[in-house]
This record gives sequence, structure tokens and C-alpha cells, in this order.
Amino acid sequence: MRPLERLRAFFRERYPLGGLAEFATHKTVPVHRHSFWYYWGGMTLALIGMQIASGVLLLLYYRPSAQEAFESVRFIMTKVQFGWLVRSVHAWAANLVIFSAMVHLASVFFLKAYRPPRELTWVTGAVLLFLLMGFGFTGYLLPWNTLAFFATKVGTEIAGVVPVMGPIIQVFLRGGSDVGDVTLTRFFWLHIAILPLMVVGVIGLHLVMVQLQGMSKPLTVREERSIPFFPNFFLRDLIAWALILGAVLSVSVYWPATLGEKADPFAPTPAGIQPEWYFLWMFQTLKLVPGHVFGLEGELVAVGATGVAGLALLLVPWLDRPARRGRSHWMVLAAGILAVLYVVGMTGYALWIGHRP
Amino acid sequence: MRASLGLVFWMAALRFGVVVEAANSCVECHQQFESGASAPTQVMAHDVHIQRGLSCSDCHGGDPAATEATSAMDPAKGFIGRPARAEIPQFCARCHADPAYMRKYNPNLPTDQYAKYLTSQHGKRLGSGDADVAVCTSCHGAHGIRSKKDPQSPVYAMNIPGTCAVCHTNARLMERHGLPTNQYADYSQSVHGQALLVRGDRAAPHCASCHGSHEASRPKVVAIGNICAQCHGLTRDLFTKSPHKRAHEVLGLPECEVCHGNHLIRKPTDEMLGTGSDAVCVNCHEPGSAGYVTAQQMREAIERLNTQMTGAQVTVAQAAQLGMEVADAEFALNQATAQLTQARTYVHSFSASTMEPIAEEGIRYARQAETQGQQAIHEFGFRRHGLWMTLAILFLVVGGLALFIRDLERPNSSGKQDPPAPPHGPA
Repeated sequence: MRPLERLRAFFRERYPLGGLAEFATHKTVPVHRHSFWYYWGGMTLALIGMQIASGVLLLLYYRPSAQEAFESVRFIMTKVQFGWLVRSVHAWAANLVIFSAMVHLASVFFLKAYRPPRELTWVTGAVLLFLLMGFGFTGYLLPWNTLAFFATKVGTEIAGVVPVMGPIIQVFLRGGSDVGDVTLTRFFWLHIAILPLMVVGVIGLHLVMVQLQGMSKPLTVREERSIPFFPNFFLRDLIAWALILGAVLSVSVYWPATLGEKADPFAPTPAGIQPEWYFLWMFQTLKLVPGHVFGLEGELVAVGATGVAGLALLLVPWLDRPARRGRSHWMVLAAGILAVLYVVGMTGYALWIGHRP
Repeated sequence: MRASLGLVFWMAALRFGVVVEAANSCVECHQQFESGASAPTQVMAHDVHIQRGLSCSDCHGGDPAATEATSAMDPAKGFIGRPARAEIPQFCARCHADPAYMRKYNPNLPTDQYAKYLTSQHGKRLGSGDADVAVCTSCHGAHGIRSKKDPQSPVYAMNIPGTCAVCHTNARLMERHGLPTNQYADYSQSVHGQALLVRGDRAAPHCASCHGSHEASRPKVVAIGNICAQCHGLTRDLFTKSPHKRAHEVLGLPECEVCHGNHLIRKPTDEMLGTGSDAVCVNCHEPGSAGYVTAQQMREAIERLNTQMTGAQVTVAQAAQLGMEVADAEFALNQATAQLTQARTYVHSFSASTMEPIAEEGIRYARQAETQGQQAIHEFGFRRHGLWMTLAILFLVVGGLALFIRDLERPNSSGKQDPPAPPHGPA
């Protein structure tokens, strides 16, 4: 018996792997004109993998304290072999993973893949997007540079506006009344321990659900063609992963992540400070909302509206009642398009304001 | 009459707030004048004296409680009235030269202003009977006198040049004293004037910084070095130890002023050093002389450093443009800049052997920055080539996978594609 077959036999004797192999062989993926959008989930997963790999490497040299964080990142970028590449890949993939997750979410929404029985797959996906944004928020502070410091200051100030729990959330995030050394420690542990545990758990659930229920076919598609998940679809996934890896490496080489100036907590907030692009639409909404709306504080209304939008996102499978009966309604489509236009428009507007001389 | 006076007083009290506590017939009456006699009452609220509880009678005497003008301004009640211009310094000195009195109001305020004033050009001329000079009120104003820390005060640091210029740009007045009128125009264009008047740097020197305030006078030749040394300590120290010190003493030349001028002190340039057309060294040093050679050597050292730094700056900027991390190179460039500043200061040792090693140290830092910048550019090239090789491998993988998939899904020998597996999971 060959060594590989002996190894396979060793495991088969001990674990019920036959069923799993049987499942992988028989699982299929529908083939139709919208199949392109099926690859965005896999690409998001690949980018999360890149984040874990590059993050683990960064941990070898990163030191999470206000005194050493900036210097350790500079050391990684200038002295560590390929440290610049690891940090740039981590920074770029951090942005791309959120972009990819947003595209995946939008495609699932417009193809109505959340309809029964996949409601919980949608919920876990939306939670994953929130967790990825949490990764972005906590990771942004870790280099301890001026931009990150003041963006975190502004971000945690916004958290303080949340009714009732706001001040408690703010103090919990900051570890005190202001952003400082303690905030960095907290964000570090959230970034490398708490959020990864949560993400791994939710991804596990999400993938198990996707594998058990298979890929959803859009309502408009009547074709019955399909391909086996393994190896046909999996090989296509591999192509997408190779392409996204090439894209991440290219942007990392030509536009490597910069470091800027070390944060000075005593310096005044620089003009035009903005958070990462994926928070810009919320940030700009807060800036544009009037001081008072219907007798309530404008900030409170904006934060409340964002919270309601987040909750509505989670509840989409139940809010879209026609889809539950296998029908498409123009109002749901219009709401989706308006939401995308609002987010893209506000982000573009904020970027334009930020880069205006 | 009493009722209307009461109303006027009440209105005056409202206007001046709490500072007018008791009945003050001076304010009540003077406020009603339409002539200049009412002017003091219009600026009183800002006056430091009024703010500290003093009133008109504390300077002018008289009885502010009296309701009739003749009684209020009765010389028998100590009424002095308006002092003659020549009497003003003494008039103010009654309090301002009395430490015991001043301690009651402002213990931190010096009481030597009058003594200093008597030593000033203004005071000396006044003493000789020329009343056409500055007295206390010329600079501080008569009524509505503000603290020198008040930005609206004429003696606030940034306002001093303008205050002095009121008289010192008056051609008719200055002609009588045989003085020029270009000082303010020159100062405004100088490096000091630009710092104070344009950039608002209150640490920059103004007229009083060099000439003194109450003791204002033209500095003597021997004093000029000490005046500049108030800020330029190291430069003066180097000058004092240099051969120039003795030469200036022998020739009776003012130290710094010979090369830098007085009111129109321009930002020094490297062109001032050496033997070129703009160099000040050649004003005294003949070609071939030791001083001439030293000037040439020092200028060459500065130029070598400048050239090296310019090259390094271009290289480092190019590397930064490529997105490379150049913090170490920028640090080395900052060190080179610091050496350049120090070398320029050490020009005042007028010794090439003292100054050149400083410039050489700067050149070493600039070379270090240049090397680091070039390494960063080279590193970028390495990264770019590495990327293209990696992309080539990835494209090979992608191509291989695409071919494998095509082969996998190719119709079998009978011309039919392998039948798809049955759909799995709900639609």
C-alpha cells in the first residue's frame, strides 16, 4: 500500500470522512449569467486568509504601547526583511477585504439569495461585515501615527453619542476619558484576540450554512445547468484567489503603505481629519446633519438612523416579504439602489471635501 | 439741577461700570462738553489707573465731590489742571518714581522709568529746554492708558515700531533734530521687522530692544555687539574670540553693524560670505590677503555642503515619491541642515580651520542621506522586478488552472459533455 493511501486508510478507520468526501463530490454550483458574483465570497475569504497570515507575521515585531508602537512599525518597514511587503499587504488587504465583503453583500442582496431557507446565512454575513469594519477601526490605531490617533479620537467621540450606552461604550473603548496608551492596548487585544475569535466562529457558521444549503439561484434564472463544487468551482475559486493576490501584491509594491508622523496627543487636531473610507459615509452624514432635527440633537438622530440602518440590514430576509414568497418587489430593489447610491455618494463627497485644497 | 446732575452721573456710572463709585463731578461736567475737553471721559474705561481705582483728581488734583466747577477746580484744593508738556515726566514720576506708592497698586512695576528717562536722548533734550521731544504721553497716551501687555496699547511689542515712527517719520520734526526718517521703513523690511510685523513673532526685536524704552538713545559703537548678543549669544562669543574683535576696536568700528547694517538688517545669505560681488568680506580684505583667502575657504566649505545637500534632497524626495520609507535618510538630512546652520554661525569665528570641520560633518550626513536615498530607489527597482516575477508565476498558475478546467469540462469522446451532478441543496 502506498504511503498516501495508508494515511487515508488510517484516518478513515478512525473518523467518518467518507460522508464528507461523498458530500464534496455531490455538491454542485448553479451556472448562469450571474455566476460571476459567486466568487466574491471566496475572494473575501482569501483576503481574510491574507490578513491572518500577514497579521501573524507583523505580530513578531509589533509592540503595542504608545511609546514603542510607531517605532516598531517603522522598524518592520525599514529593517525587517520584506517587512514593508507584509505591512503593505496587511494594510491593502484590510481595505480590499471590506470592499470585497461589501460587493458580496450587495450581490447577495440584489440576487435575493437571502430568501428562505438562507436567512441566517445572510445574518452571519452581515455580522461578518460589521466585524471586518471593527477590525479596520481597531487596526487603524495600531501604528500610532497622527492620522490614526485623531481618527480614533473622532471615531470614539461618535460612539459616545449613542443614547444611554454611548458614554459607557466610549470609556470602554478608550479605557479612560481620552485616547491614550490604554486605548492602544485595548484596540490591540480586540484586533488580535477578540475579533479574530469572533470572526473565525462566524465564518465557520457562514461556511457550514453555505455548504449545507448550497448556492442560491436568482429568481430570474430558470436554467438548471450546474457544475460540481469540487473540483470545478473550487478551481475557479483558486483562479480568483490568485488574481486577488496578484492585485494586492501589485498595489503593495507600487503604493506601499505609508507611516506618517508619530501621534502627539498634545497636538491640536489637524484640519480635515477623516476616518477610513468605509466609515466616511457615516462620518459625512454626521457632519451634514443639522444641529437639531425635530427637537432632537442632530448627532443623536444621525447615529440613531445609522443604528436603525444596521438593524434593517440584519433583518432584510424578514423585511423583504415578497421574496419569502419567491417574488421580486420594485420597492425592495429601489431601497437597495438608494442605499448603495447614498453610501457611494456620501463617500465620494467626503473624499472630495477631504482632498479639496 | 441736582436731579439732572444725578441723572448724568447715573448714566456715567452705567457707562464706566463699577470703576466710578463715588460722585465724580469731573466726569459729570467733562462729559457734557462738545469740545476736546470731553475726550478723556470717552477713553477712561480702558485706563489702567481708573481700573485700579484711581480717579481724575489723583493726577490732576481738585475736589471731585464738589458740584460747582469753581470749587471742584479750586487750586486751594490742590487742583493742578493740565500739566505743561515739559512738566509731564515729572508729573507722572510723582507716583511712578515712588516705590512705596506704587507697591499699593502694582508692586511688579519698576519705579526707575523717570530716572532712565533723564538719561535718554529725549530726557536730555527736555532737560536742556527743548520741549519738542517725546514725553511719557507721546508713547503711552494721556488718558485711556493701557497696560503694555494689552494688544491695543501703543507700547505693546508689536505696536512699538509704529509708535516710535509717529515722530521718527515726521520729516519736519526730525529735521529740527537733525535725524533721518528712514528707520521705520528700513526696519519694516528687515528680518526683525518681518518677523515682528508680518509673522507676528513677539519675541522678535523692536526699537526698544536695541535702543531701550525709557532710556532710549543711540547705542554707542562699543555697545552694539552687546546689544546683538542679547539674542545672538554664540555668534558674539565667536566674534569676540576672533581676530576681528581687535581690528574693530582699533579701527573704532561697530561690531555686527559693519557687515549686517542697523535698521535694515536683511536675512543673511551665503553670498555675503566669500569674495563675490555681494560678499561683504571684500569691503575690507584685499585680494591675496589672509582674510581674503579665509573668506574664500569658508565660502567654498559652505558651497560644498550646500551642493551635497541639494543632491541628497533630490534623491530622498525621489525615493519618497516612489512610496519608499525614507525616515532614516530624512533624519540624516536634518542633521546635515543642523550642521549647515552651525557652520554659518561659525563663520563668525573668521577661521577656516574652526568652521570647515563643521561643514565637513554636514557633508558626511548629506552623503549618508544620499546613499540611503539611492538604496531606497534601488530597493524599489528590486521590489518591482520581484513583483513582475511573482505575477508571471501567478499568471502561469492561473493559465494552468484555466487549461485544467477546460480539460476537465471538455465533452467526452462521444461528443457529449459529462453529465452534471444532480443539484444539491435547496434553490
